[in-house]
Amino acid sequence: MATEPTGEKDGASQVGTPAEVRPTEAQPTAGHAGQEDRSSRRKAALRRAKRRRVVVPLLTAAVIIGVWQAVVAFGIVPNFLLPSPVQVVYALVADASLLAMHSVATLTEAALGLVIGTAVGFVVAVLMDRFETVSLALDPIVTVSQTIPTVAIAPLLVLWFGYGLAPKVVLVVISTFFPITVSLVSGFRSVDPDLIDLMRTMNATRWQIFWKVKLPAALDQFFSGLRISATYAIVGAVIAEWLGGFSGLGVYMTRVRKSFAYDRMFAVIILISVLSLALMGLVDWLQRIAMPWKRAERKEGR
Amino acid sequence: MADAGEKDVDAVAGAGAGAGGAAVPALEARGFTLSWDEGEHIVVEDVSLTLGAGEVVCLVGRSGCGKTTILHALSGLTTPLRGRVLLHGTDVTGQPGHVSYMLQKDLLLPNKRIVDNVCLPLVLAGMPAADARAKAEPLFERFGLAGTERMWPSELSGGMRQRAAFLRTYLMGNDVTLLDEPFSALDALTRTDMRSWYCQMSRELGMATLAITHDVDEAVTMADRIYVLQGDPRAGVPSRVEAELAVPRPSDGTSPADFALTPAFLDCKRKVLELLG
Ligand SMILES: Nc1ncnc2c1ncn2[C@@H]1O[C@H](COP(=O)(O)OP(=O)(O)O)[C@@H](O)[C@H]1O
Ligand SMILES: [Mg+2]
Repeated sequence: MATEPTGEKDGASQVGTPAEVRPTEAQPTAGHAGQEDRSSRRKAALRRAKRRRVVVPLLTAAVIIGVWQAVVAFGIVPNFLLPSPVQVVYALVADASLLAMHSVATLTEAALGLVIGTAVGFVVAVLMDRFETVSLALDPIVTVSQTIPTVAIAPLLVLWFGYGLAPKVVLVVISTFFPITVSLVSGFRSVDPDLIDLMRTMNATRWQIFWKVKLPAALDQFFSGLRISATYAIVGAVIAEWLGGFSGLGVYMTRVRKSFAYDRMFAVIILISVLSLALMGLVDWLQRIAMPWKRAERKEGR
Repeated sequence: MADAGEKDVDAVAGAGAGAGGAAVPALEARGFTLSWDEGEHIVVEDVSLTLGAGEVVCLVGRSGCGKTTILHALSGLTTPLRGRVLLHGTDVTGQPGHVSYMLQKDLLLPNKRIVDNVCLPLVLAGMPAADARAKAEPLFERFGLAGTERMWPSELSGGMRQRAAFLRTYLMGNDVTLLDEPFSALDALTRTDMRSWYCQMSRELGMATLAITHDVDEAVTMADRIYVLQGDPRAGVPSRVEAELAVPRPSDGTSPADFALTPAFLDCKRKVLELLG
């Protein structure tokens, strides 16, 4: 009891002294050591922030999987309705070669459709940008085409094009060209008109203005559109396969659903989202390759 | 350095002859009446300007009085409602590509490295990229850009970006250059440096320059002659050329800083300020 007040006093004086000493102490070193110290501290803080950005989502995923496993293990949801994560992993492994085969089919349709859809979207965007009449004519059609639910036209496509590759690719094209067109058109419009004036003072042709100024200016938005289209491509292909076909993850899905194999159902769902993520990653990589100046800009921005 | 000084004097003398009326001016705006909306609102009315070979002329006026509008018409980007543009006596009204025009912003393409940005006019004219670079690279030193060739525009300071824009403008290869507030985006010190650098360089290279500014000090420091533009188009009063002044040049060896304190300089500055009202 008697020591407590002195302890407090000690604490107070400990807080007091460094603060009093600091200015005289810091001044001679402020030039170098102080700055280095501060920058290394800031770097450490940055590293910690980066680590948090990885760790927190991973933890969240781990918690969700843990809860899921517990819910099934304790019988809160009956196992025949909800497979446990462990069962899903088993299903993934057991059907690995079958899933790989179907994945190849789905990826082929998605990639083919995405490439054609991007090309179509690009051409439409360029025409809409170049000719105001085309823009006026196509604007409503392009928009309306997006209000038609994909699931509703898929059966028609099967009727028209059969059970082969064609209806799947067509559906993917229909669902992927729109984000490309919209992002490109708005990218073209985002160009600084002074840049176009500058190009004109240098006698640039319309073609040169397009390649040197408009297209690069639209790249950022184009890649955002392509990212969305990439996910639409996989989903579009799967939906088309659902409604008829011989191979692909959608076909696999209908088969396992009919046999009530929920573990495999979950396995294929997870596989589909992994494929979509991979495709988005591919787009991000392409963007980094296509726009090397972005890295310099980001560095300067910090 | 002494060489450059002598060239200075020659250039000014040559310009004097050009402005004297004996020679055909390098660039002439004859009776400009300009509007952005087909005449509904007139921005400038009956403006005539001349720019002699090798001369530096400044156009001063308040913000919004129509200076940029005049340069746009001179560059051929727009066609005047009335009036003509004469380049060495040839009518080039409404035809871009005959004069080098540096717009108010540096307008570097973010997706091209500095060397490719400054090479742009050459490449657009059909020169292979390698040849264009070979032509541009020796000029980096003189334009204060050494070492920036492979950098992206975002990695450069405002002053350096402006220098790159100058080099690009120079590589457009015309003997007449139009500058729209070329130094206004720079901090005061950089501005002073760049201004004297530009004046010396442009005289060495024999470029005729018409520069816009709303900074009277800048105009008196740079110019051989000054046009004062006066009016308020937004209030429905079209701008006109209020006056044309010859600017005293510093005697040899006077630094720009010293010159700015001479009575001749201050007198000219006072006149311009009075005209701007
Ligand atoms: N690109 C343009 N389109 C339409 N109006 C313009 C354009 N540029 C300038 N104006 C108008 O012309 C007038 C003069 O502007 P400007 O020439 O830019 O003035 P200054 O360069 O002297 O500041 C202003 O009223 C402005 O609104
Ligand atoms: Mg202006």
